[in-house]
Amino acid sequence: MASGSVIDPIHQFQIIKIVELGQPGGVELAFTNSAAFMFGIVALVFFFLTFATRGRTLVPGRLQSLAELSYEFVASTVRGSAGNEGMKFFPLVFSLFIFVLTANMVGMIPYAFTVTSHLIVTAALALLVILTVIIYGFVRHGTHFLHLFVPSGVPAFLLPFMVVIEVISFLSRPISLSLRLFANMLAGHIAMKVFAGFIVMMTASGVVGWFGAVLPLFMVVALTALEFLVAALQAYVFAVLTCIYLNDALHPGH
Amino acid sequence: MEAEAAKFLGAGLATLGMGLAAIGVGTIFGNFLAGALRNPSAADGQFARAFIGAALAEGLGIFSLVVALVLLFVV
Repeated sequence: MASGSVIDPIHQFQIIKIVELGQPGGVELAFTNSAAFMFGIVALVFFFLTFATRGRTLVPGRLQSLAELSYEFVASTVRGSAGNEGMKFFPLVFSLFIFVLTANMVGMIPYAFTVTSHLIVTAALALLVILTVIIYGFVRHGTHFLHLFVPSGVPAFLLPFMVVIEVISFLSRPISLSLRLFANMLAGHIAMKVFAGFIVMMTASGVVGWFGAVLPLFMVVALTALEFLVAALQAYVFAVLTCIYLNDALHPGH
Repeated sequence: MEAEAAKFLGAGLATLGMGLAAIGVGTIFGNFLAGALRNPSAADGQFARAFIGAALAEGLGIFSLVVALVLLFVV
């Protein structure tokens, strides 16, 4: 495409080094825009929750009820999928949910960087969940945790196959957990930028194009609304799946 | 066939998987809605489960998107 420099839907995911920190041990270290946005997100959440819960009143104000709503929402999700025992993991699930939700929402601001559209970030979050499940499962239940892979009530000749399938399904969890969030954010943002690029291409072709550009404009508006839905939904799905995996660590064996 | 052409063909074929995943997601929400209309009082309790099923079905479609993206931009 001749006008490839105008429309570059991948450009938004570029990592820019802000401060280079040298190369200790041959590994390049730098403070990037990704890291800057992550610090910003954590600061945003920290100040929001601090301000919201500072003047605690019996009848909550706007900010306080927002904080209480998010607490109750995550708490009911944890209780629903991991039981009352799962509430000891509430801080983990709440932090993950709020971080992913805020990262997705901040990414919707024009020119902002979407932290969760990078596989390395979501993979780190997913590995945190899975390692918590594995370590807690073995510490709490010892080898009984391995009963997770042995479904009960299966005919003996089928059991070896079932165990293999269960192990594969367990091992694919961190992959699917990280890929789902990453690919949803990546694909949504690329689609938005591609349709925004259509507007630019059409308006460049004169007055007729100006009227033609209305169609992709509607599409971009609709896609933006859809992306806000997806941003919230994927954060919720991430939290729910985290609860379900933690439930396996709490109650292994089917 | 040129390698470049095969790459684009492969990417296009991989996107078919996303359409198949769409059938799965549609089945889940269609059945959820059908059940919810029959017994609206039980619908709220199964809401999260419907979304988990949709997320799992959608995840498989996303794998094929990743295959397409890898073919287009990485290989």
